[in-house]
Amino acid sequence: MALTTQAAEPVGGAGGFLAGSAPQRARRRRLGLPPMTAKLAAGLIISGAILLFGLLGPFVVQDPTRVDDIGLTGPSSAHLMGTTQTGQDVLAQLAYATRGSLTIGAIVGVLTLLLSGFFGVVGAYAGGWVDEFFSLFTNIMLVIPGLPLVIVISSYVPDKSLLLVALVLSLTGWAGSARVLRGYTLSLRNRDYVLASRVAGEKRWRILAVEILPNLIPLLASQMVFAVIFAILGEAGLSYLGLGASGSISWGTMLYYAQNGLALRLGAWWWFVPPGLLLALFGAALSLINFSIDEIINPKLRNQTRAARRGWLMSRKQLETAKEATL
Amino acid sequence: MTTLTAEHLVKNYHLRRGLRGSTLRAVDDVSFTLEPGRTVALVGQSGSGKSTIAKLLLQLERPTAGRILVDGKPAQRRGGGLDRYRRTVQMVFQDPFASLNPYHTVEHHLERPIRLHHPKLSGDEVHRRVLHLLERVRLTPAENVAARRPHQLSGGQRQRVAIARALAPRPGVLIADEPVSMLDVSIRLGVLNLLATLQREEDLGVLYITHDLATARHFADEILVMYRGRIVERGDADEVILRPRHEYTKTLAAAAPNPERRLSELRGG
Ligand SMILES: Nc1ncnc2c1ncn2[C@@H]1O[C@H](COP(=O)(O)OP(=O)(O)O)[C@@H](O)[C@H]1O
Ligand SMILES: [Mg+2]
Repeated sequence: MALTTQAAEPVGGAGGFLAGSAPQRARRRRLGLPPMTAKLAAGLIISGAILLFGLLGPFVVQDPTRVDDIGLTGPSSAHLMGTTQTGQDVLAQLAYATRGSLTIGAIVGVLTLLLSGFFGVVGAYAGGWVDEFFSLFTNIMLVIPGLPLVIVISSYVPDKSLLLVALVLSLTGWAGSARVLRGYTLSLRNRDYVLASRVAGEKRWRILAVEILPNLIPLLASQMVFAVIFAILGEAGLSYLGLGASGSISWGTMLYYAQNGLALRLGAWWWFVPPGLLLALFGAALSLINFSIDEIINPKLRNQTRAARRGWLMSRKQLETAKEATL
Repeated sequence: MTTLTAEHLVKNYHLRRGLRGSTLRAVDDVSFTLEPGRTVALVGQSGSGKSTIAKLLLQLERPTAGRILVDGKPAQRRGGGLDRYRRTVQMVFQDPFASLNPYHTVEHHLERPIRLHHPKLSGDEVHRRVLHLLERVRLTPAENVAARRPHQLSGGQRQRVAIARALAPRPGVLIADEPVSMLDVSIRLGVLNLLATLQREEDLGVLYITHDLATARHFADEILVMYRGRIVERGDADEVILRPRHEYTKTLAAAAPNPERRLSELRGG
C-alpha cells in the first residue's frame, strides 16, 4: 500500500486553522506543547471562557447576597438569569460561584502537584530507604478512603474556610498521582540517557532537573488537570451535602440551595441548570485538554485519532482509501 | 595516555524472591588491561555479564570485590577524583534510541560534557567545539545537525552523536557496549570503521563489547571470551578465533564459521 502524502491538497477552512502550518507545528513540538487539535482547541476555548467569567464576572454583576422580596422569578431584563427563592440574582451568584470553584480547583491542583511531585518523583529518584519510606507513606494515604474522610473532617470542623476544604481535598487526593509519577520516574531514572549524563559527570540534582523533569512535564500536566477536576467535583459534592466551606459560594453550594429551595419541583430551571452546566462543561473541557496531553505521553493514542491523520495532510479521499485498507 | 586495569572484579546482584533472597554472580573474578591504542574485544552471549563489566568500569555500579586502577593507582569513587575519572573513561551505549534524551537537542548532548570538564571555555568556544566534534563523526552540515533533536536523526546518526558525546571530554579510554547491535546491518561497518579511525587519531584504549566474533577479530587486538560471568578464554584475536581451546569458544566460532564471509556480507549488505 503506497500512500503519497505530498500529493494531497492542503486542508482548508477550520481544519487548516486547527492543524496549523508546518513551521508552526514544528515550533509547538520544540516547545514541548501538544499539537493543536480540534479536541485541544475546544477544551482550551471552553475552559478559557469559564475562567474569564470567574475572574471578571464578579466585577460586573450585582451583589449576589442581596435579598429581594420578589422571590423566585424567571429570567427578566432586571435579572438576566432570574432570581432564587429569596430573590437573589442567579447570574451574580453564578459569577461568584465560578470564582469559588475555580479557586478550590487551583489551590488543590497546585498542592497536589507539589505533594505528588515530592513524594513520587523525588522518592523514586533518590531510591533506597527514602523511596521505601515515601512509597509506604503514599500507599497508606492511598488506601485511606478520600471522600468519607473528607466528610468526617468536615463534620467535625464547624467553621470551615475555602482554604481548609482545599487543603483536605488535596491531602486525600495526591497519593494516586504520586504513585503514577513514581512508576514513571523509576522507568526514566534507569534510561540510558540518564546513565549517560552520569557518565558525563552531571550532578545528581541537575540530572533530575534537566534530564528527567522535562520528560515528566506532560505527565505532571495531566495529573494536575485531573486533580483540578477531582477537586471541583469533590467540593461540589461536599457542598451539595451541606459540608462545604461556610460563607462562600461555589457551583456545589448553588446546587445545594437550589435543591433545598425545591427548584427542581418548582420547575425553576434557571436556578439549577447554569451551575450544573458549568460544572459539567468545565470538567469536560479539562478532560479534552487531558486527552491531548495523554496523546503526547502515549504516541499510540496519537496515531489513531482522525485529527492526526488530517495532520499528515491526507485528503478526504486518501483517508477513505486508508480506512478501507485497514478494514 | 591512560592505562585502565581491572583487577579480580566481582559483582554480585541480590535478587529478592519472596522472603528468601538469592545471589547472582554476574561478574566473577575478571581481570584485564586496556592500553592506549589497543582494542580489547569482550565477547559473550547475552546475559554473560558484559554490560555489567562496562557499568563497573564506568563506576555506575560498585564492584563487590576487586579494584579498578588508572595508570596503576586505584580509581577514586567521589569528589574531584571521580570528576577526573569521568574525564578519562567514557562510554558509547548500546541503544542509540535510548541513550539520547528525546527532550534535548544534539547540541545540548555535546555541550554538557564539554562545559563540565572545561568550565573556563566561553560560550563561543564551546559551540565551536560542538561543531568540530560533529564534523569528526562525519555529521555534516554540523550547524544543522546540532540544532536537531534525536527523533529527527536515523539510528546511525544517533550513534555518531553518542560517539561524539563520549569523545567530548577527550577521554583516554572508551568503552563501547555493543555499539552497532541495534543498527541496520548496512551501516554497522561504517560506524565501526569510524570508531577505529577515531581510536587511531586519539590513541584511545578501547573495550569493544560484542557478541559478533567476526567484527571482534577484525577490529580487536585481543579477545576475551566471557561465559556466565567468567573469562573462559583470552588471547591474541586470530589465535582465539582460529584455534579456540575452550568448548564455549568452539561453539561460538562454529556458529560464525567464516569471519571473512560475514565481513563481506556486512560490507555488501
Ligand atoms: N541491576 C541488576 N539487578 C539484578 N540482576 C542484574 C542487574 N543487571 C544485570 N543483572 C543480571 O546480570 C547478568 C548479566 O547481565 P549483563 O551484564 O547485562 O549481560 P550482557 O550485557 O552480557 O547481556 C544477567 O543475568 C542479568 O540478569
Ligand atoms: Mg548487554
